[in-house]
Amino acid sequence: MHGAGKAPAAITIPLWIWVVAAAGGLFILLPLAAMVTRVNWPQFVPLITSGPSLTALGLSLRTSAVSTVLCIVLGVPLALVLARGQFPGQRLLRSLVLLPLVLPPVVGGIALLYTFGRRGLLGSSLSVLGIQIAFSTTAVVLAQTFVALPFLVLSLEGSLRSAGTRYESAAATLGAGPGTVLRRVTLPLVLPGLASGAVLAFARSLGEFGATLTFAGSLEGVTRTLPLEIYLQRETDPDTAVALSLVLVVIAVAIVGLTFRRTAPKLLNSGGTRDA
Amino acid sequence: MSRLSSRARPGHLTRVTLERRLRRLAGLICGLLLCTVLAGCGSSDAGPAGAGSSKATGAAGSPGSASAGADLSGTLTVFAAASLTTTFTDLAKEFETDHPGSKIRLSFAGSSDLVTQISEGAPADVFASADNANMSKLETASLLAAGPTNFASNVLTIAVPPDNPADIGSFKDLGRSGVKVVVCAPQVPCGAAAAKVEQVTGTEVKPVSEESSVTDVLGKVSSGEADAGLVYVTDAKGAGNKVTAIDFPEAATAVNTYPIATVAGSTHKELAAAFIALVTGPAGQRVLLAAGFGKP
Repeated sequence: MHGAGKAPAAITIPLWIWVVAAAGGLFILLPLAAMVTRVNWPQFVPLITSGPSLTALGLSLRTSAVSTVLCIVLGVPLALVLARGQFPGQRLLRSLVLLPLVLPPVVGGIALLYTFGRRGLLGSSLSVLGIQIAFSTTAVVLAQTFVALPFLVLSLEGSLRSAGTRYESAAATLGAGPGTVLRRVTLPLVLPGLASGAVLAFARSLGEFGATLTFAGSLEGVTRTLPLEIYLQRETDPDTAVALSLVLVVIAVAIVGLTFRRTAPKLLNSGGTRDA
Repeated sequence: MSRLSSRARPGHLTRVTLERRLRRLAGLICGLLLCTVLAGCGSSDAGPAGAGSSKATGAAGSPGSASAGADLSGTLTVFAAASLTTTFTDLAKEFETDHPGSKIRLSFAGSSDLVTQISEGAPADVFASADNANMSKLETASLLAAGPTNFASNVLTIAVPPDNPADIGSFKDLGRSGVKVVVCAPQVPCGAAAAKVEQVTGTEVKPVSEESSVTDVLGKVSSGEADAGLVYVTDAKGAGNKVTAIDFPEAATAVNTYPIATVAGSTHKELAAAFIALVTGPAGQRVLLAAGFGKP
């Protein structure tokens, strides 16, 4: 029974699809493998534990953590409004929120510059108040949040839509207020989606480069995150650049692994209702 | 019961063959991966030897290429430092008009990026670097057909926004506290030059950002984010009225020289020699001087 239930689903895929899929997988894995062959292994640990490397890694982890929190704070309401609300221009808002996903990060950086920069839309008022964002760690966090927010919104909105509104309606019928429904029903229901969205947002923040370079600048310990450090080290010290790249790859693999281990069983469970 | 088993059996069989196929496929992929990795190692071992032999043929061919010039057609790929974008685009057009049948493909990037690309086998015929350090990298790796020729020089200048908000008048002003100065990182040529000028003038500049390229420095100044930035004279000139350049005498202590050379792997050495002759000759010098470059 168990075998018969699974096998037909698998054999519907033609063999040539497997071959092309393997080529696709190789296309991603091979460059990573090629990079590993260039790592200067005897010097690997000294290279990644040098002062500038550790400073950049620390800054990257700190700013990405703050960006992730900001993404959750801003992204959860945004996803709720997009998935549950009904208002004119909803579809337009949805497309616009996802824009940073498809925009080149450099464009995002320029847009942020003209918003929060010293002569920007908000920046000129902020500088009157004595708040300077450009060239500060705040600028790095803003750039990361800008590019990472759609990942969280998209992931959470998908969870909200697939979870449906049945439980929420039931809770409301039983007399629960909107706040209680949100706290006791909706959010627990989509927690896995929120978690994977947050992990993806963290990963995207960690890899942010273009918007940071354009908007925040590059100064050790303040704005020079790990990707910027790699970009700079590549000029004179390719060994360090490759070693640090590998560190980022390992972190990324760990993050992807973490996300899938967390969400895969849940996805199977939600899909299991169809089998039953 | 019997219906169930008869339905399950073919499914089971297919699963077994599928697994077998998958295993074979996995083996194939592993093999492929291994081949590529081995090939990668092999080629990097053979790299210096191959480059050495092509250098030998290049050296043998170069005396002839300088005097010859009968059939100058084909596509020449020129890798040039980003600061040469405007001048080399103009010179390439001039070259194509002078030599009908020839076509120049230009690739502009930071000099060290271009060196990396050429070292990894990018099909460049001519390389024009923004400094001697990057050109020497190719020279020591035996990737040049002949020794480089210097064709231009460039010095630093202070770029400020048109309204000069921090009231910068000299290099010493960059050391004032509260002035937002953006420079290149010491790892890149413009940053090395900036560090040298700092040392000579005894001015300690505390930059708010150390950028990886001079264009990023210029961008921070022209957008008004920074009060001042150290860029090359030609960059400030190219930015037009977006920035104001404040020249300072100490810039003469850190002159950047631009060398040009034919790459060892070039298949168009005569065409390459002709292009280099144009750049180093009077026509090239006229264009370069007009853009703010100095004599080599």
